[in-house]
Amino acid sequence: MPQLPDADTLFAALIEQMAPHVNDDTALVGIYTGGAWLAERLHEALGIRHPLGTIDVSFYRDDYAAKGLHPQLRRSDIPFDMEGRSVILVDDVLFTGRTTRAALNELFDYGRPARVDLAVLVDRGERQLPIAARFCGHTLATPLGGKQNLQLEKADNGSLSLRLIDA
Amino acid sequence: MHNPQLNAHGELQHLLSLDGLPREILTAILDTAEPFTEVAEREIKKLPILRGKSIFNLFFENSTRTRTTFEIAAKRLSADVINLNVATSSTNKGETLLDTVDNLCAMQADMFVVRHASSGAPYLIAEHLHNTRRHDIHVINAGDGRHAHPTQGLLDMYTIRHYKQDFTGLVVAIVGDVLHSRVARSQIAALTTLGVPEVRVIGPKTLMPTDLNKLGVRVFHDMREGLRDVDVVMMLRLQNERMSGPLLPSGQEFFKVWGLTPEKLAVARPDAIVMHPGPMNRGVEIDSAVADGTQAVILPQVTFGIAVRMAVMSMLGSN
Repeated sequence: MPQLPDADTLFAALIEQMAPHVNDDTALVGIYTGGAWLAERLHEALGIRHPLGTIDVSFYRDDYAAKGLHPQLRRSDIPFDMEGRSVILVDDVLFTGRTTRAALNELFDYGRPARVDLAVLVDRGERQLPIAARFCGHTLATPLGGKQNLQLEKADNGSLSLRLIDA
Repeated sequence: MHNPQLNAHGELQHLLSLDGLPREILTAILDTAEPFTEVAEREIKKLPILRGKSIFNLFFENSTRTRTTFEIAAKRLSADVINLNVATSSTNKGETLLDTVDNLCAMQADMFVVRHASSGAPYLIAEHLHNTRRHDIHVINAGDGRHAHPTQGLLDMYTIRHYKQDFTGLVVAIVGDVLHSRVARSQIAALTTLGVPEVRVIGPKTLMPTDLNKLGVRVFHDMREGLRDVDVVMMLRLQNERMSGPLLPSGQEFFKVWGLTPEKLAVARPDAIVMHPGPMNRGVEIDSAVADGTQAVILPQVTFGIAVRMAVMSMLGSN
């Protein structure tokens, strides 16, 4: 099993990349669950003016017919006007790109953003769609393969860490 | 025993009645409805979940409101909705119910929403689909005779949970024409399954079914006695069109004794909510001062009804 990078170190790297590109028009949208935790911390650290958005992309997934609805659905919440906003979509791990595709479709149902960028803590490669992250804390050198899930976990004290779980 | 509502994995296959559905499934439907309420606030009120699916609204009995809310729910899930006013079509030419269903299956129907004056008609369709091994086609009961109206019962439960959070400490009263009410039957089944400790039924003896005690409810024939300290008042519509024979003298007379007025509501808990499945008969079962008052949650019920029907359709569509 490869050594997993420290989430806090990656978080600092991400802040450094994003900070020069953040302005009064920037809004953050985190994807449940890991992306939402990450977005919450980024929102505070970067001093984003617009309130934080969170989305659950379950309704937009392309595997809905095969897998059905996740039992623990969350309510999506976009507390700012999407029209003309500069949105940074936040997820913990970028993998096939399908979650990002679903998230983009959902965002556009709230209005027409001026632009959308993607920020992720880890890019594990193995993309199945033409999607890339503008801001990325770390790119895995070797593919993990489909048998393992890489995800962000939140401890009771609020600290974040990466974990590998057998799929 | 084969439960026609569940598939081999214990998931919801059809929604026919709340009676016989486990608490986990009722709770799952209410939980799934929660995020759907937010869709109404978006610029584009549409989710792609049922894209390419055909939902047939099969209404053998007229009901503009229920049909409309099912239609809105299906359209917000991107399904194609086909409304059949069967009361004025093939059945009048002599086609049987199951022949109609077979024909619509041949048109690649994915889901039927059925309203029928005869109790059990949606069951008949579900059994027929089961026997002919069409397990990918689903049936939702939108009201059958005096038997059940499960999505109304579910939206009522959603409304109660929204305002009261928890079912386990509540006293809930159902008031009015219980005898003719499929809504009341669905409500009693759901309230009991979800753990409401005290369900009261209030109404005149002539409008009470004789088997009520078996359902585990307390029966009252006096409004003020029955409404004392309740948390939720669920009014029923006086079913004029279902009334046969001289069960009642007149609407005004009914109102005097059984109509919900501010004075009668005053004996309930001060934070009690008042519900009504609609359409309301003002001045018959409910006073305008109550219907338009601060304790009424009748219009939110309608809004929640769309989210609840979206939840049912999306769950069936993936099972």
